[in-house]
Amino acid sequence: MKSIKFLVLGIVFGIVMAKSEALSWYRIQEMFRFQSFHMYGIIGTAVALGVLGIALIKKFNVRDNEGNPIVFYPKAKSVTRYLLGGAIFGLGWALSGACPGPIAVNIGYGYLSMAMVFLFAIIGTFIYGLVKDKLPH
Amino acid sequence: MIEFLTQPWSWWFSGILIVSIMFFLLYFGKSFGISANLRTICAASGVGKRVKFFDFNWRTQLWNLVFLAGSIIGGFVAHQFMSNGEPVQLAEATIADLNALGFSNPTSIQPEELFSWEAVFTFKGFFILALGGLLVGFGTRYAGGCTSGHAISGLADLQLPSLIAVIGFFIGGLIMTFGIFPLLF
Repeated sequence: MKSIKFLVLGIVFGIVMAKSEALSWYRIQEMFRFQSFHMYGIIGTAVALGVLGIALIKKFNVRDNEGNPIVFYPKAKSVTRYLLGGAIFGLGWALSGACPGPIAVNIGYGYLSMAMVFLFAIIGTFIYGLVKDKLPH
Repeated sequence: MIEFLTQPWSWWFSGILIVSIMFFLLYFGKSFGISANLRTICAASGVGKRVKFFDFNWRTQLWNLVFLAGSIIGGFVAHQFMSNGEPVQLAEATIADLNALGFSNPTSIQPEELFSWEAVFTFKGFFILALGGLLVGFGTRYAGGCTSGHAISGLADLQLPSLIAVIGFFIGGLIMTFGIFPLLF
């Protein structure tokens, strides 16, 4: 029963992705062509409020619902993996018009062909796991 | 109210809801990052016995799989009960650019040219969706996160690695859009 809250948050997330049209291939094209503020507005609003909120969480040592401190782990310092991995993801994001969240939302929306994108994304992650140690990080 | 629910939502309202989800997850002791589920699914399939990267206690990530399942339900609910069926109100310039690549004007939220079954069962259509998926799955794990983990959670925590990753997202996206699309379509 503890996981019901995550189900509800996921449902809200799916609805927001759909209602904001962030799940649309067209919107991602519009974004990468810098022809609309829409996607930048969505991400920008989330980031701006996120910066503010996380700063407040840190300042006031806010605790989570179980009383544990909310901690933020700094990501490992590197350039290669983020730039190279990010660019590979970006190629796929522009091509399929969806990042992992919207891929799932699209399946629920009725675009069952996105299930194939999802399947291949799992395979892509699996391939990364196989060759990880041979890649520069 | 009904009108509000069925119309597309504004960027600021959507942005507020997305960051609210991030804060709820933080409050529940979790972090917002959807691509981690792809790794969890690999681990749950049992490949951890052979590939070390997938050898971890994936049950601790069940909450995120539940979140992912919820997002599928959310997509269903939005389409069934909250949609006015109108096509995406795309910028004129984007419509013109896509027309030039051979795409017709939007009639829904996704191009038929890519996501209809007719398209999927052509070699090119299959290749596009398969390659898109592979790149997304490989790239997110290599970069250690996707839009939710880096562009939202990471940037909100002012993490330099996330900024580098987001720059990478755009390098890849721009190469695809301006370099590869003209060859592909």
